[in-house]
Formats: sequence, C-alpha cells, structure tokens
Amino acid sequence: MLSRRLLDHEAGGIALLVVVVLLSVVVPIANLWVPESSAFHISTFTVTLLGKYLCYALLALALDLVWGYCGILSLGHGAFFALGGYAMGMYLMRQIGSRGVYGDPELPDFMVFLNWDSLPWYWYGFDQFWFAAIMVMLVPGLLAFVFGWLAFRSRVSGVYLSIMTQAMTYALMLAFFRNEMGFGGNNGLTDFKDILGQSLQADGTRVALFVASALALGFGYLFCRYVVTSKLGNVVTAVRDAEARTRFIGYRVERYQVWVFTVSAVLAGIAGALYVPQVGIINPSEFQPLNSIELVVWVALGGRATLYGAALGAVVVNYAKTTLTAAMPEVWLFALGAIFVLVTVALPKGIAGVWAQYRSRRASSG
Amino acid sequence: MRIIRCIVMGGLLFSAIGFAAEPGQRDFELAVKSLNTRSFGEKEIAAARLASIAHDRVDIVLTALLEGALYTKRDNDLVVIAESLGRKGYRLQEAATGAELGEVGRRGAKKISVNNKLRRVVRGLLSGRQLADPEPAVRLSAVQALAASGDPTFRDRLAVRAQEETDSEVRQAIAVALTVFDLESPNEDARMAAIRASASNLHPTVRMKLTAIAGDPALSDDLRDAARASLSELEQRAARFQMLETFFFGLSLGSILVLAAIGLSITFGVMGVINMAHGELIMLGAYTTYVVQTAFPEALELSLLIAVPAAFMVSGLVGIAIERGVIRFLYGRPLETLLATFGVSLILQQAVRSIFSPLNRAVSTPEWMSGSLEIAQGLSITYNRLYIFFFALAVFAALLLVLKRTRLGLEVRAVTQNRSMAQAMGIRSTRVDVMTFGLGAGIAGVAGVALSQLTNVGPNLGQGYIVDSFMVVVFGGVGNLWGTLVAGLSLGVVNKFLEPAAGAVVAKILVLVFIILFIQKRPRGLFPQKGRAVES
Amino acid sequence: MVEETNRRERNSLIDRSRVFEFRSEPPPREELVNTDTGVILYLENITVSFDGFRALDDLTLYIETGELRCLIGPNGAGKTTLMDVITGKTRPDQGTAFYGQRVDLLRLSEPEIATLGIGRKFQKPTVFENHTVFQNLELAMAADKRVWPTLVRGLSGEERDRIDETLTLIGLIDTVGGLAGALSHGQKQWLEIGMLLMQNPLVLLVDEPVAGMTQPETEATAELLNRLAGDHSVVVVEHDMEFVRSIARKVTVLHEGSVLAEGPFEAVQADARVREVYLGA
Repeated sequence: MLSRRLLDHEAGGIALLVVVVLLSVVVPIANLWVPESSAFHISTFTVTLLGKYLCYALLALALDLVWGYCGILSLGHGAFFALGGYAMGMYLMRQIGSRGVYGDPELPDFMVFLNWDSLPWYWYGFDQFWFAAIMVMLVPGLLAFVFGWLAFRSRVSGVYLSIMTQAMTYALMLAFFRNEMGFGGNNGLTDFKDILGQSLQADGTRVALFVASALALGFGYLFCRYVVTSKLGNVVTAVRDAEARTRFIGYRVERYQVWVFTVSAVLAGIAGALYVPQVGIINPSEFQPLNSIELVVWVALGGRATLYGAALGAVVVNYAKTTLTAAMPEVWLFALGAIFVLVTVALPKGIAGVWAQYRSRRASSG
Repeated sequence: MRIIRCIVMGGLLFSAIGFAAEPGQRDFELAVKSLNTRSFGEKEIAAARLASIAHDRVDIVLTALLEGALYTKRDNDLVVIAESLGRKGYRLQEAATGAELGEVGRRGAKKISVNNKLRRVVRGLLSGRQLADPEPAVRLSAVQALAASGDPTFRDRLAVRAQEETDSEVRQAIAVALTVFDLESPNEDARMAAIRASASNLHPTVRMKLTAIAGDPALSDDLRDAARASLSELEQRAARFQMLETFFFGLSLGSILVLAAIGLSITFGVMGVINMAHGELIMLGAYTTYVVQTAFPEALELSLLIAVPAAFMVSGLVGIAIERGVIRFLYGRPLETLLATFGVSLILQQAVRSIFSPLNRAVSTPEWMSGSLEIAQGLSITYNRLYIFFFALAVFAALLLVLKRTRLGLEVRAVTQNRSMAQAMGIRSTRVDVMTFGLGAGIAGVAGVALSQLTNVGPNLGQGYIVDSFMVVVFGGVGNLWGTLVAGLSLGVVNKFLEPAAGAVVAKILVLVFIILFIQKRPRGLFPQKGRAVES
Repeated sequence: MVEETNRRERNSLIDRSRVFEFRSEPPPREELVNTDTGVILYLENITVSFDGFRALDDLTLYIETGELRCLIGPNGAGKTTLMDVITGKTRPDQGTAFYGQRVDLLRLSEPEIATLGIGRKFQKPTVFENHTVFQNLELAMAADKRVWPTLVRGLSGEERDRIDETLTLIGLIDTVGGLAGALSHGQKQWLEIGMLLMQNPLVLLVDEPVAGMTQPETEATAELLNRLAGDHSVVVVEHDMEFVRSIARKVTVLHEGSVLAEGPFEAVQADARVREVYLGA
C-alpha cells in the first residue's frame, strides 16, 4: 500500500532507487575486490568523487522539498549543509587527539595556535559520535526552525525571504571566518585522521562512507516522497500555489512552512555531515552565497517539484563542473551562467519536464 | 654630501648665469668674510647680518655653515665652501661668488667651526628667510622649524608674518607656533592667557605642552589648574570630533550603499525584477573608468567627468541587453528573474576576467579628489569621500526628478500601479520596461565610477555589494526611493558606530542580523507602500 | 479583567472546537458561536482606511442566522474590504466585529476564523490548479488541520463518502481525477463553492459567484444558494441584478464604505438615493 503510494507513476524515482542500490553493491566490489589492473576496477578517488555527488544529490532533494513543493526559494541552504558539515568536522577534529602538529591531546591545532588554554564549551561532547550525529541534525534544524518561525510568522515570503536567507548565510560566512568563533577561522577544520576508529585514508572507510551516502540518498528520497505524497504534501503544494486560499480554508500556513523548512534543513545537515569526511575539509567558504545559489540551479536544471529530477540535476551539474574546471577552467563560469539563463528562460521544468513532455507526446501519438 | 653637491651645483649655475654682479654684492661679500672669526658670538652677529641681506647666495652660505661645509682657505683666508674628497683633501668653491677654486690637500683649508647654539641660530635665520618664500610649502616648513627651535626671539617675527600671511595652512601653523611660544613665556599672564586659549587647539604639540605644564611642580597652582582644565576640555573636543568623524565615515559608507542600491531599488521596486547582476553592472562602471583613464592618460583630471556618462551608457546598454535578452521572458516571476540574472552575473564576471585579467586594475585618483578638507584643527575629511557623498545625493536628486517630472517617470509610475490599465491608456509598457531597466543599470554604472575611487577594481567588485544593496532596498521599503536613501545612510552610520566597539566584521554581522529581525517585524520595510495594490 | 476572563474562556472554547464531525451531533463551535439572539455576525462602526482613502467608513451591519443577504454597491463601495475584515485578512482601524455573541473576529487569524466556520469564496475563482478536483475538496474538508496529523493520517471511508456527496452536488463527479486548472471558469466557481461546503461552515461569504457563468449555470447556482440558506448564513456580493433579484430576501446597498440602504429587493430598488448612486436609472 505504502510502496504503491510512494512509487506509482514515478519511473524516475524507481530509476533513482535502482541506481542507488546498484551503486552501493557494485562500487564496493569494484573498488575493494576487483584488482587494480582490471578494467572494472574503480579507484578510491572515483569512489570519493561519486560519494560527493551523492551528498550533493541529497542536498538537492532537501532544497527541492522547500522550493519545488513549498515554493520557498531558499538562497541559504548551503548554510545548513555547512553547519551539518561543521558538526561532523568537530567530531573528526576531536578524533585527531594528540596526533596533531602540536600534539595537544585535548585541543585542536588551531586552538593551540591561538593560545587557547581550554576547549570552548560548545566543543564539549563532540568527542562522542552519537552526540555529533545528533548535532548534525539538531543545529541546522534549530537554526531553520528559529529563522523560519520568525520569517513565516510575519509572512515574509517570496523574494524577501530569498534575500533574507541569503543574508543569513552571508552573515554566517563572515562569522565563521573569524578566528574568535572557535571553528578554525579561514582554514576551517581539516587534517582529519579517522572516524569511528577507522582511518579515513583507508579504502574500506572510503567505501563505507560512499555506501552510507548512497543509503542516505535512497532513504532521503523515500522520506521526501512519503512527505510529498501525503496530505501534508498536498497542503504544502497548495501553499505554494495559492497561499492565501490555503489560509482561508483553515490551514496555519506558517506552521507548514516552518515544518518543511526545518525538515529540509535537517536533510541538508545530514548531507553536509556525510560530505565532510569524504572531502576531508570544511571551511567558511561553504557558506558563501554563491554555493547556495548554485545549488538552486541544480534543482532547476533537474526539474523542480520532481525529487529524482533534483538529484539528477545535482549530479549532472557537478559532473560538468568536475570535467570543465579540469579541462577549461575559464569556461566553467560561462557554462554555469548559461545554465542559469537557459533553465529559467527555456526549461522552466528542467530535464524531468522535458522527459515527461517527450513521454506524453509519445504516448499521445502512439 | 649630496646636499653639499647640490649647493655646489646651484652655485655654479648662479655664477654661470652671472647673477653675482648685483648691487648688494659688496655688503654680502663683507658679511661672508666676517664669518671668519673664532668667537661664536661674532659668528652669530655675522650670520644675522648675512641673513638680513637680499642675495641669492645667502641661503647657500648659511646652509653650508650649518652643515659644517664652510671653510677658510689657508693661503688667503678666503671663505670657501668645501666638498670633502676624503684623504685627498677638498674641492673648493668661493663662498661669496661660487667660483671654482680647484682642489687642495687636507691641510689646505680650515673649517669654520660651529656649536649647537650657533646651529640653532643659523637654523632660525634660515627659517626666518624662508618665511618670506613665495612657495607656501617652504613657508610652512620654515614655520615648523622655527616653532621647533623653541627660540623665543622668533616669536615676534612669526607674529609679524602672521599679519601678512595669505595661505590658510601656513597661518594656522603660525598660530600653533605662537601658542606654543606663549605657553613657554616667562610672563605668567601671557602664559595663562595662552593656556586658556589653547583649550580649543587640538594640535599634538600644544597638547604635549599643556600636559607638561599640568604636571610641572615648579609652576604655580593656578597655571597647573588652568592647564588641567584646558586639557579636559581638549579631551572632550577630541571625543566630539571623533564622533563627528565616525558620523561622517558612516555617511560616506551610507552614500556608497545608496549609490549601489538605488538602481536596484528602481528595477526591484518598479518592475519587480530581482537583478542579481546589479553588482556586475557596478563593476562594469568601474572598469569603464579604468578604460577611460587608460585611453586618455593625459586627461586624468577630466577622466571621472568623462567616465560618469560613459559608464552610464555602458552599464545602461548592457542592462538593456539583459532586459531584452532574458528578463522580458520572465515578467511576473521574480524568483526566476533572480536566478537568470544571477547566471548573467556569472557570465559578466568571467567575461571581465577573460578580457582584462583576474587581477585588480589600478584606477587613479585625480588631483582635485585627493587630499582632505580640514574643517577644524583635528577634524578633516578626505575629498574623495566628500565628493562621493555629494555625488550620491546628486544622483538621487536627478533620479527623483526623472521619476517625478518627466514623461518617462510618469509612464513608469503608471505601469507600476497598473500595468494593464497603463497599456490601455496607450503607454507602451515594453518601452517603459526597457527604459526603466536601462536607467537602473546605468545608475549602477555611475555608482561603479564612484566606487573605483574607493576600492580595488576587480572582477569581484560587484559581488561584495549585492547582499548589502538588497538589504538597503528591503530595509527602506521596496519601491520607495526615499526609503532607500534613509536606509542606506542610516545603515552606513550604524555600521560605522558599531565598528570601534565590535570590530568591522562583527559590526557587519550585527547589522545583517538586525535587518533580518527587522524584516520579521515590518516585512515591508521602513516606509512601506500602502493600499490594496500591495496585497496582490 | 472581565475582558481577560472572556478571552481565556474563548480560547479554551476554541481548543475544544478543533475536532468536529460532519453533520453529526451539533458541533461544539455552535455552542461557542452563541447565536441565541438570532444574529450571527455583528459588525459595528467599522472603519478601514488605505493611505487616507476610507474603504469602510463607520459601517454597521448585522447578519442573522440562516439568512441569505445580498450586498450590492458600485465599485469601491467596500464590499470586498468588508469580506476581508470578516475573514481576518484586513484589520480595521476602528470598530468591532463579533461572530455570534462571543467570538471577537478581530483577535483571530484567518485559519482560526475559517476553522470556526466562516468560509469564503473569492471574487476571482481561486482553486488549487495543480491539484485534482478530489484533492481540492479533500484539502478544504473540515478535519484536524495541524501539521503532524496531516502528515500521517489517511482518509476515512466516511470522509470519502462526504467528498463524493459534494462532488455530485457541484456536478463535478466526472472530472474528479482531473486537475482543477483544466476546469472551465464556471466549473471552477462551482468547485470553489464545493470547497466552501466541505469546510462545513456556518457562514458563507460568496463574492460574485455567477461571474462568467452561463444562464443555466447561474440558475443552478441561485438554487443552490437558496438551498444553503437556512442551515447556513449566506452573504453574497453580486453585480448581476437579475441574479440578486432571483435569490435575495434582503439586500444591503453599500456606498462609499457605509450602508446606504437595507431591506427587501423591491424596497431598495425603489429607494431614490440607491437609484441615484448605483442603479443609475
């Protein structure tokens, strides 16, 4: 019953799940057990790159939930991603222990460098994985809740909200750049050694992180799907299409908006937490407004209000970015800019929309 | 050494031209000769006599005396200027005429010795002569030298000079010097008067002297109390000036914010278009300034005057191209305009990077914009900030005029209020859209010209202003030009007042947080548009 | 002090009124919305101004329980603003608005007012165009409209029946799975009326229900509204005089933000001032 609700008429979603499952089976085998000489071997570098894409896809799902379905264009979702990342990064920093350059068993290197003599209170607890895991969700969720509660209660919407979210991530970026904040300033958190007792350099750990990202994307997709196919999903899209009308039939629109915004921020935080151990660094530039806007174009290109489209868009744009910045770095910004213009002017429904149109045309002609 | 060589060269030049044959020549030669005496007292008299003669070489000889380069030739007791050649001896030049006398051995010339007192006197004499120099800069350094000498005999000379001085800067320096002299006067009444008078004088030397007097146990209690009172008044005055200065810095920052935001206010408020490429249009304006300066390097002074209309055209045309090429497909979908124009901004940035280079370009400041205006002792304002402030106000006023007094403005307002009705009245709304967007973009370009005088001109110039500009527009209330003005100026001032207490970055964060919270309270900004039209 | 206790009492009553079933025993909100005196809406001395323009000027109006009232008046007379005040969209500068004897409308938000049983149909038909007809009705249906229940609860059989019932009533049973955006203008009007009914309201505010409808559709609408009156209090804003004549028992004429005349249609029609400002004949 539930599976029918989630996957009926959702070929793209089924494809997404199939790909995720396949990847989480094939990639570990191809990396760990297929010999390096074989053509089917997948290098650890590629595994990490793919894992990164999967995290981006999860982040795109999160944004699609608020933007595609609820009509809230957040230009600050990168902030939730980064906060999740920082929470994970703090755990990883604490795991370094006395292996840092200064060999302080308690303090991360940058604190020793700043002549701090004790750990700030907000670093307490991050030596425990479970605590960090909770914070990964709690911190972005709490920020989104407070921000959303303030904004939606006073009916700040549309463009104003977008600008405010952008200001939020901008302010956070400025704050995290400061050394006094205690998050490593400019350099952020890096030089991680291990996670849950496993070395981050080991192939096995990399593969495990990859599989974790794949599972997170799969379950994230199913969760989002559950939300959007529920009556709540209908209410939320109703808010997107006719906010005032929804209010006049008795829904407290702001509560729905806050709920979706918060849930989405938590998802973004999880994506960030999986991202950081794979790339090995988190720094304030993750907060920069450009990142958050770029994220919007992933969703727009893939097709807003289709979850699989958002994930697809994230992978396509990032694959293009990886290839182009390596081959012709100066072309990349032209290409990205062109994607923005093209998608908004010519492809308002994104790739998923084109695909749906093609299918319906085929269905009607044949 | 170099100074001496200069003097020698100068002497050569003068003698070659033949200035030596002047009526005062004889007096002068006698005075020079009288320098050759063992007694320091006589030397002082001789130097003073020399200083009173109008002759081109007086300064040269006195300077040589001061530098210890004045010698007498052993064989004929002629006063000469000597350039040391090390072990080989000296190259000599006649002091009175500048005639070359060839080289002599180390024993061939004898130095006219100077002591510190004599040096001070000579320095004073030289400064005194320079007080009458036609060049104000020379007079200024002369006044400063006299004040630093601390020799009360120069007080009267300065007082006389004060009567005839025309340059305000020099006059002020003389006033300071006179105060300093009076503060050290042996006459208690004069001293008291000076202490009282210096309560409004923020010159650091005056302050130092007052502090010394206040702490000098050898002086009378009255003097010390008066000094203390004057000092505390000075502190207050300094604090007041500090406030004023911060306020002005705030206004200056605010005027930049207004310049950057006002074009946005038009496109956002009037057309409902979120132009994320606005920052890049500002950047184009700044680059236009650079191109103008590079193209006409000889017209640096005029470059800004050329750049303002040029930047208006460049950014305006690019803006029109953006409107025709992208935005017109997106009317009524503000979020889509946001994304599309963001794409455009990336393209513009990269284009500039590819054409010019990713590095910052150097834009020069014309003479008339550099330097600063001194409002009072201890309170000055740099001209570039001052001009930009008034420039921002002028742009604002011009814009207001365009919107309130011209046909275009009327049409713009009509379209803003009711697009379809305006169309029905025969207003070509397409044309209005193009013109409005072009106007907003052009103003961004003009803002770029102003910014080029304050910050680095590079491809990322615009990015830094986009968040701030939106904050200003939203804070002031969309569609309200006056709101933008008030919001920009007040945010600038608040920011600058927060900075000393919190640091620049935290101040900025605080302002952002403040606006975010403010918008929750008043979602339509400081000066909201009212009425039913807003609801839809 | 008295006001304070009143408010607290009201709030507790509001909480109790959250869940109620369709056409079962009298819902508690009827107890809350005390209409013992026979009046359901008390609007007294209401003034609303926009930028100096008075949209409503010291307006006083009472709507009785179960009556069908037509509001007419030239453009700008304040009809829509009046609806905005009743539904909580616009807060008046002065005046009081009570729903029944106890509920102060000026203290409640739009969703609270809607939940308490004041339904509104907009001038321009607004349905959720990207939802199916069925979903439109489901969304409008009186139910627990808090976030979590909405997420986890499904539809009960009873609720399905109710939706079907309404679909039949508004004649859209054949288009139930289609998108609301694909409906004709008249059908959208009906769907919106259907949504209004799904809310199980005590008061229906209907703004220009027959605009863009064909003659038979208009007649059907008139019949429907007449049927609804009695169980519900219905306030209709309409320009179509024929339509007003066909449904109206009592007509209120607004002019420049206040009541110009009130009474049976014929009496109002005969009023000289009304003829001057509105009927123009």
